[in-house]
Amino acid sequence: MTSVATRDAYGEALAALGQENENIVVLDADLSKSTKTCDFKKAVPERFFNMGIAEQNMMGVAAGLAACGKIPFASTFAVFAAGRAYDQIRNTIAYPKLNVKIAASHAGLTVGEDGGSHQMLEDIALMRVIPNMVVLVPADGEETKQAVRAAAEYDGPVYIRLGRPKVPMIFDENYKFTIGKGVVVKEGTDVTLIGTGIMVSKALEAAEKLAAEGINAAVVNISTIKLLDEKLIVQMAEKTGAVVTCEEHSIIGGLGGAVAEVLCEQCPVPMAKIGVNDSFGQSGLPDQLLEKYGLTVEHIVEEAKKVIARKK
Amino acid sequence: MEERTLKMLTAQAKEIRQDIVKMVGEAKSGHPGGSLSAADIVTYLYFQEMHIDPEEPQWADRDRFVLSKGHAAPVLYATLAHRGFFPKEELNSLRKLDSHLQGHPDMKKVPGVDMSTGSLGTGISAAVGMALAGKIDKKDRYTYALLGDGELDEGQVWEAVMAASHYQLDHLIAFVDNNGLQIDGNVDDVLSPNPIDAKFAAFGWNVLVIDGHDFGQIEEAVKAAKATQGKPTAIIAKTVKGKGVSFMENQVGWHGSAPNAEQVATALAELQ
Repeated sequence: MTSVATRDAYGEALAALGQENENIVVLDADLSKSTKTCDFKKAVPERFFNMGIAEQNMMGVAAGLAACGKIPFASTFAVFAAGRAYDQIRNTIAYPKLNVKIAASHAGLTVGEDGGSHQMLEDIALMRVIPNMVVLVPADGEETKQAVRAAAEYDGPVYIRLGRPKVPMIFDENYKFTIGKGVVVKEGTDVTLIGTGIMVSKALEAAEKLAAEGINAAVVNISTIKLLDEKLIVQMAEKTGAVVTCEEHSIIGGLGGAVAEVLCEQCPVPMAKIGVNDSFGQSGLPDQLLEKYGLTVEHIVEEAKKVIARKK
Repeated sequence: MEERTLKMLTAQAKEIRQDIVKMVGEAKSGHPGGSLSAADIVTYLYFQEMHIDPEEPQWADRDRFVLSKGHAAPVLYATLAHRGFFPKEELNSLRKLDSHLQGHPDMKKVPGVDMSTGSLGTGISAAVGMALAGKIDKKDRYTYALLGDGELDEGQVWEAVMAASHYQLDHLIAFVDNNGLQIDGNVDDVLSPNPIDAKFAAFGWNVLVIDGHDFGQIEEAVKAAKATQGKPTAIIAKTVKGKGVSFMENQVGWHGSAPNAEQVATALAELQ
């Protein structure tokens, strides 16, 4: 299976999109080589603007560009986008529902060695609670490419969460991403593993392991966390009677929180949340960190068995 | 400035000040002090300078105005109503449930409001984005921003100021309503932004210091700004908080409190 970092796919997709659509303008905060907006800069230098290490201003500038008909993509690390510039995103972009795309890379633990200060584990929660905001977390390179295009076509603010490391390709060019639509990646009857971002491929691996033990797990990719595909989530919970959510994010307020909100009202079933258990990260290699904080195939398998056992 | 124009602007500003006092009194809350100090600048821009069309508020090539000191919403609303963007009767609905006229400007609700503001320091960044969009499109339109002097405490202002000069946004003109007071007191006592002119100059801006209640000086400053190439212009306008209402002038207490019925009557008598 080939592997591509979602940030690399973003850079490539953005550069292609910029050549097709002259309304696309790209802003970065002195991280263009890491966020991969450097690809766009190379392709369309006249519509790339480095805003320097000044994320708050960058978000406001993006809002002003959008108010004049541009489609700005503003990129920096997730911790600086969703964290440092929260007020600007809330008040200057989302409140007036301006057509700004915030593409935040280096989300989650897999930032790695930079440590807890840079490992954003709260951004899904922070962004999805803001009215008017769409939150996308693509699972692989192909989905990222399509999500970038879909975000550009959507009229309104979109937060796109991207990662640093290479992740296995799950989808090919026959895949069709739609904002607000979850996808059943693998059918199953005993439990539903709902993943987002890099954890979708791990959920798929877990399903294989469970199959070897005679457990038929379904795997769902929820790449739009807001506008959440509630219908699919309820349908899969009804069908399988148990759910495990998997995300590289705090277990508070992210995918797990969103799914729990839906299920407790519409279809309460035994549920477990895999994610970072209300703590900050630390320095280490990406794989070591995923292991340390329990974001592993083994942990998913274990929790899947537990929720199945809780079924009445 | 021609005598006729001066008369027209003076008369407009007086009516706008009356409406500010009336609407804040009616709302029983709001920010009269900083609205009155900015009234002449905003009046000048909307009645003399800006290329706008009240019949077509979303006209793409219009000049833009960003009220970065969003709490001065009453002066913007009153000016827009007088300029014909919406009926003056709506001014009475300021800050009331389901009104278009929110406590701070909402571009989605009010025709003529070019940017939603309220959180200080954010408007100037949006104005930089608007000026940048004009530059990308090689348009001749101007973007005006109005900042408070207390607002200059916000670090984001200086991020925006740096970006504007870096990208040589000579179609961006920022006024500083330099009334010398912020909520907790004199700006020099709370957190001094001074020297404001030297700061903007050090950031690479063209800087002009004027009397913000003198229409002739405002006009000359905007002319000079438009003649400047390769740099944004900051017009530091020396103003009086509460200007036009004797008991409000230079009184910090009138930053964010509304006059009662009796005080409204006294103020309106002074503004005749």
